[in-house]
Amino acid sequence: MSVKYSSITKKIWMSLMGLFLMVFLVVHLSINLLLLVDPTRELYNTAAHFMGTNPFIQTFQWVLFLGFTIHIILGFVLQIQNWIARPKGYKVKATSEDSFFSKYMIHTGVIILIFLGIHFVNFFFRVKIFHTVPDFILNGVNTGMEDMGIVVVELFQNPSYVIGYVIALIILGFHLDHGFQSAWQSIGVNNSKYTPFLKGFGHLYAIFIPLGFIAIPVVIYLTT
Amino acid sequence: MDLKLKIWRQVDANAEGKFVTYPVHNISQDASFLEMMDVLNEELVTTGKEPVAFDHDCREGICGMCSLFINGRPHGPDDSVTTCQLHMRKFKDGETVVIEPWRAKPFPVIKDLKVDRSPFDEIIRSGGYVSVNTGGVPDANTIPINKENADLAMDAAACIGCGACVAACKNASAMLFVSAKVSQLALLPQGKVEAKRRVESMVAKMDDLGFGNCTNTYACEAECPKDISVSNIARMNREFLHAKIT
Repeated sequence: MSVKYSSITKKIWMSLMGLFLMVFLVVHLSINLLLLVDPTRELYNTAAHFMGTNPFIQTFQWVLFLGFTIHIILGFVLQIQNWIARPKGYKVKATSEDSFFSKYMIHTGVIILIFLGIHFVNFFFRVKIFHTVPDFILNGVNTGMEDMGIVVVELFQNPSYVIGYVIALIILGFHLDHGFQSAWQSIGVNNSKYTPFLKGFGHLYAIFIPLGFIAIPVVIYLTT
Repeated sequence: MDLKLKIWRQVDANAEGKFVTYPVHNISQDASFLEMMDVLNEELVTTGKEPVAFDHDCREGICGMCSLFINGRPHGPDDSVTTCQLHMRKFKDGETVVIEPWRAKPFPVIKDLKVDRSPFDEIIRSGGYVSVNTGGVPDANTIPINKENADLAMDAAACIGCGACVAACKNASAMLFVSAKVSQLALLPQGKVEAKRRVESMVAKMDDLGFGNCTNTYACEAECPKDISVSNIARMNREFLHAKIT
């Protein structure tokens, strides 16, 4: 269906969903960091329980899924159209000065998609479908909440999982580095006064958000 | 200086095409790239061979007719110039120079290094003009246009439609060209009347012709011989969004 929409319409939707997902990442990271703030896992489990049971969040979750779906489908559609637009390539690889990570958005995107699948199997499906998450016992009392924190801590004992997680998050950083400034350009925000700030902010966002996520498995692995 | 040229040769649009290597000798460093091509063609003609077909016209960087993808860059290794303004001093003696035609589905090769860039004309025909009656030439200052917009419109109007943006873009997107043509009119009062219709139909035509989507790599801006800014693309996105939601 999206093929029928104009290139700019698709790019605008791609950008809006990208920006939306970037806001989601900040929320996700804030909750994850609670694991480092409170090693008893009470804060993290309370937040996870709230996110998993609050009716507003539960409804909004579907908007988030839709955001992911639109962003992913459009990413593939745009890329396929772009490949079709140049059936015969150049003998000498283009050496034009350009935004480096912009050339690898489909590659970084596919890796993030695979990571997302693994992430769902490890966390989301366990709590929502398989119900294999133990109850959270605090000071000998069953809190009635799932102990999502212990699932995370146990997974991050596995060095190969930690390494995979770190690599996936670095690649997410590459994706975000181009994605942030590109999203604003696609929705028409390009201004000699504000664009340098937006680009700078985008670079910082692309460094510190993945770094925040990476800190969690690394600290857990090294301290437990 | 002596050079080894690897040139794409293709008899016609339907032929397979291949690279052929030609040595050229005693090229002046002060010659333009096209003059060097003339020297090669003169040699080919005198030896009874088919000269290399390539596009050119004014040879002073304003017509937009010359093209050529030289060593991985449209219009060659120099910045902000067309191939006709590119000097041979930008190359090293003995260097191998690979010369390819623009590659994009909507720009099929006609012969050798010539491609059909008439899809750009089709895009212009779909809306890149002002058809309302704007009257005679107005007295200076009777139509208030602020300096900033006048300058931006003039900068956008510098686009010569050579297609280097499409050639440089990894997606063969024509967004820089189309956005320059949309911007030069959208910024001025005479063009504002038809702004919505213009941007919608020009973008629709661009998509129909099979150009790729813009992924904001900005290779187009880096290679544009007239330094057209990608801020024009953002302006076109704004114009398009405005046209769709109002």
